[in-house]
Amino acid sequence: MERLRRFSQYIFALIGNSYWLFPWKAPIYQGPVKRICFPGLNCYSCPAASMACPLGSIQNFLASFRTNLQAGILHPGTYVIGSMGLVGSVVGRMPCGWICPFGLIQEWLNRVPLPRIGLWRPLRWLRYVFLVVFVVLMPLFVVDALGYGSTWFCKLVCPAGTLEAGLPLVWLEKGLRAAVGWLFAWKLLVLLLIIFWSMVTSRPFCRVICPLGLFFGLFNRASWLRLRFLADRCVRCKACARVCPTGVLFFDGTDDINSTMCIRCLRCVSICPAGSVKAEFGPVMRRDYYGKKIGVGNPQ
Amino acid sequence: MRRRLPLLLTALATGLIVWGTVHGEVQEVWQKAVTICLSCVGIG
Repeated sequence: MERLRRFSQYIFALIGNSYWLFPWKAPIYQGPVKRICFPGLNCYSCPAASMACPLGSIQNFLASFRTNLQAGILHPGTYVIGSMGLVGSVVGRMPCGWICPFGLIQEWLNRVPLPRIGLWRPLRWLRYVFLVVFVVLMPLFVVDALGYGSTWFCKLVCPAGTLEAGLPLVWLEKGLRAAVGWLFAWKLLVLLLIIFWSMVTSRPFCRVICPLGLFFGLFNRASWLRLRFLADRCVRCKACARVCPTGVLFFDGTDDINSTMCIRCLRCVSICPAGSVKAEFGPVMRRDYYGKKIGVGNPQ
Repeated sequence: MRRRLPLLLTALATGLIVWGTVHGEVQEVWQKAVTICLSCVGIG
């Protein structure tokens, strides 16, 4: 299963970044496929990017919401929300584990042999701040004199943009190199911090910052793909806790197995020696899915 | 009803995609995605 997941990550990283003519033709891809939102964090200004970044796209819609409305155009970004919602409603946060190139990069970095540092669990709540404040409220309300907002998450936080677009474009384009200033230095600092953090902690960006991961994660409990923990079979070996890249603790009832943190890598399904973790798929939930706190000591 | 939530969410998401497509949002996504985003790069 893990090999299949790794293969999927590489294939989708290639599909999302399949424009390799940028050194000779336009600096970024401008073809029709860029109408499609890529279900992962992959900056559309990356020279090789072939699809649109959903986070950048939704911020653009919100940033120009006022001016569009003044011109009589209602564009709240339903196409982007629907595209991501469609993916989320079927597989929940699975794209984070199987598709997202920035998730793959963090997994590479985490292989560096350094001492491991755990994540302070309350930091997970910061994801809501990044989603609500940086992706929704700031683009809508922090506007210039003409009423245009900005893509604040991309501008101040997104390390994928710096890594995939900022560094290559500044290297390739002389005009951009001349315009580099404090903002680029800030983004570079954020990127370096995330890189170092990823070396000592598993997927810190996904667990503390990523608004797209949170959006997908909100569907985890009600998506077609759901995980099921059979507590009466659990032997408390804690193998699931050891292999979970996002630190979901469901065997003792601390977290729900379908919590917003779960990236559906399915490692727990593969590793459990007692077969107490099952993945199920279907548009209609089982009758006993709701209404029970599941965990050892409170078997379903 | 609650058990059918996954199906309802999929239907809602499909509806949003259709609404956005009909109202020209796809073109706006494309227009933004084919120009270099200076915010993403870290310049503007």
